[in-house]
Amino acid sequence: MIRLTQAPFDPGQALGDFCRDRTETGAVASFTGIARAEQGRTDILELEAYPGFTEREIARHAAAATERFALQDVLVIHRTGPIAPGEAIVFVATAAPHRRAAFEACDFLMDYLKSRAPFWKKETGPDGARWIEPTDRDRDDLARWETS
Amino acid sequence: MARVLLFGRLSDLAGWRERDIPAASLAELRGRIATEDPALFEALQAPAVRTAVDQELVSLDVALRPDSEVAFLPPMSGG
Repeated sequence: MIRLTQAPFDPGQALGDFCRDRTETGAVASFTGIARAEQGRTDILELEAYPGFTEREIARHAAAATERFALQDVLVIHRTGPIAPGEAIVFVATAAPHRRAAFEACDFLMDYLKSRAPFWKKETGPDGARWIEPTDRDRDDLARWETS
Repeated sequence: MARVLLFGRLSDLAGWRERDIPAASLAELRGRIATEDPALFEALQAPAVRTAVDQELVSLDVALRPDSEVAFLPPMSGG
């Protein structure tokens, strides 16, 4: 399931709900991304999404992860709008029969979400506002998953 | 007529986020933007800016219906 939300969410509760009533899963891996203050350089982070398009693109990658790692289930929660330092921006949980697939699928999805997902990110701090584009590091992270 | 959506730095540049522009094709729409706002037109020409019509990415000119939605998407930054 893919969920975009303007409101803050509780990653602990999301993980608890995701794990509930699973008797055949064996492994759930999760990742929570939290907005950084960047030593006072960022007061607020703003994430813009294209409603409908953004969810569909993420769902396409969640389906690719499900197939590649034989997942039983995936959950992605992503904040949009203004986000304060310390708040959760993104939460990914993956469910699989064994841990390796769950870990790898979570890592794979995060590399996609951090580098290519349809979001536009603006940081506002004491020095004004700036749009953030993917870093070389993000691109290198993504390249790890290319199949040759 | 098409509903035109700008994202990220493009909406800052143009000073609007959403607007109706009469055009029967993507090429005609770009032409109108070129007349009204050459700086925005220039920005839209960058190869990294993708175009979606009715939420599907397109790379060539396409016809627009009166209720078409055209989105100009600068490089996607991830979350």
